[in-house]
Amino acid sequence: MAESHDAPMATPLADRHAALGARMVAFAGWLMPLQYTGILEEHRAVRARAGLFDLSHMGEIFVEGADAGIGLGRAVTSNPAAMKIGRAQYSMICFPDGGILDDLIVYRLGEERFMVVANASNAGAVSDALASRLEGLHVILDDRSLATALVAIQGPRSAAILAPLTDVALDELRFYAIAEGNVAGIPALVARTGYTGEDGFEIFVDVAAATTLWDALMSAGKDEGLVPVGLGARDTLRLEAGMPLYGNELGPDNTPFEAGLGRVVAFAKEGDFVGRAALAKADADGPRKKLVGLALRGRGIARHGYEVFSGERRIGAITSGTLSPSLGSAIAMAYVAPSKAEPGTIVDVEIRDQRVPAEIVPLPFYKRQV
Amino acid sequence: MLPKDLRYTKEHEWVRVEGDIATVGITDFAAEQLGDVVFVELPDIGRTIAQFAPVGVIESVKAVSDLFAPLSGDVVEANSELSTSPELLNSEPYGNGWMMRIRVSNPAEVDGLLDAAAYEALTAEA
Repeated sequence: MAESHDAPMATPLADRHAALGARMVAFAGWLMPLQYTGILEEHRAVRARAGLFDLSHMGEIFVEGADAGIGLGRAVTSNPAAMKIGRAQYSMICFPDGGILDDLIVYRLGEERFMVVANASNAGAVSDALASRLEGLHVILDDRSLATALVAIQGPRSAAILAPLTDVALDELRFYAIAEGNVAGIPALVARTGYTGEDGFEIFVDVAAATTLWDALMSAGKDEGLVPVGLGARDTLRLEAGMPLYGNELGPDNTPFEAGLGRVVAFAKEGDFVGRAALAKADADGPRKKLVGLALRGRGIARHGYEVFSGERRIGAITSGTLSPSLGSAIAMAYVAPSKAEPGTIVDVEIRDQRVPAEIVPLPFYKRQV
Repeated sequence: MLPKDLRYTKEHEWVRVEGDIATVGITDFAAEQLGDVVFVELPDIGRTIAQFAPVGVIESVKAVSDLFAPLSGDVVEANSELSTSPELLNSEPYGNGWMMRIRVSNPAEVDGLLDAAAYEALTAEA
């Protein structure tokens, strides 16, 4: 359902962001909150307590019918049909040449019912690709992106804040599981998934109920120090957690293997899937480049696009970089030549004509305490 | 909030001139626009700088911005506290967040800077 808009679209929570004094930014055709009080404060609040995110810009595509599992299995790299009902899996949808069209989470809601969540920037392309790849099968494709609001609560206090509002038994909801129930009296899908490296929940409701849901969570979280969090902190949180961002670490020029995410490619599943042959060859050939974590060992912050050197030889480029609020130091991800990708290797990052040393470190940079 | 005794530039720097020494910082308007400052790069002491040339860098979480020289002269002091506490630019832009001191080589340039009223007008349009 690809639509083109001249002005970015407002989410159902636009009034709430305005009332909170959010600084808004245009992103993937949507007007989104970049920050409320400040990126560092919001980031730290999520790590220490909890944060509330408006993620209504994401795409939600429902796939239902007798061929739903099999059909999705032909369209994406993972094996949705192998999931139990109520489970979720991180996945990718690839081009025939093995490049990445989007990274996804596929949720199994029923025997013949799945929900595919796509990045806002690719929602239309994913919808179109699914429609094309599922053609002729006994499935109904229902792109409900514009009808669905998504609010995420992330941080160690998330369960404590959400539990009183919902009939979903949160202590029985495992990581990467999803359940249907009510939140604040609103019919909802509650998933224990997220993009921060903390415990948390992603709550899907009808757009008409978005403000009621937001208000209920803000109120319930008041005494726990819940704060609204924008896209700025969303990015620093996921980077610390070593999670890729489509457009930076993932794109048409990368394979899942190069990103260290070969686990999303289920070669063992039956039947062909788009990109299988190319991905099998890529797997056999070995990666042309490898995604690594970098910890800067000199003064400076590595940013997207900065070049990486080993001696005089250019070996790659930074995909994402920032000052890590949790670590207090500069971190980055980069694609480098596989021969230089071992943790412990010292490389140089070119920051404004200066070569600044950096050490290759394992991902993630940050792991939550329990 | 805008100090009346300072001069300002279009690039949102403030200047306090005492004799031939000018202390330079960025305005609270600039700090607000930048968001949380996480890294500051200042020119070396002894460097000769030209008015309006980029002489340093101010980095927020998301972006890299140039620091421009408001006046020509020699850098005589740089605020070393900013390397450990870059957030001073946000919390005390006119106080402990000062950035550098310049020995002014062309005092006539000072007259060309904006006064408080002119700078306020500039930011009101923003």
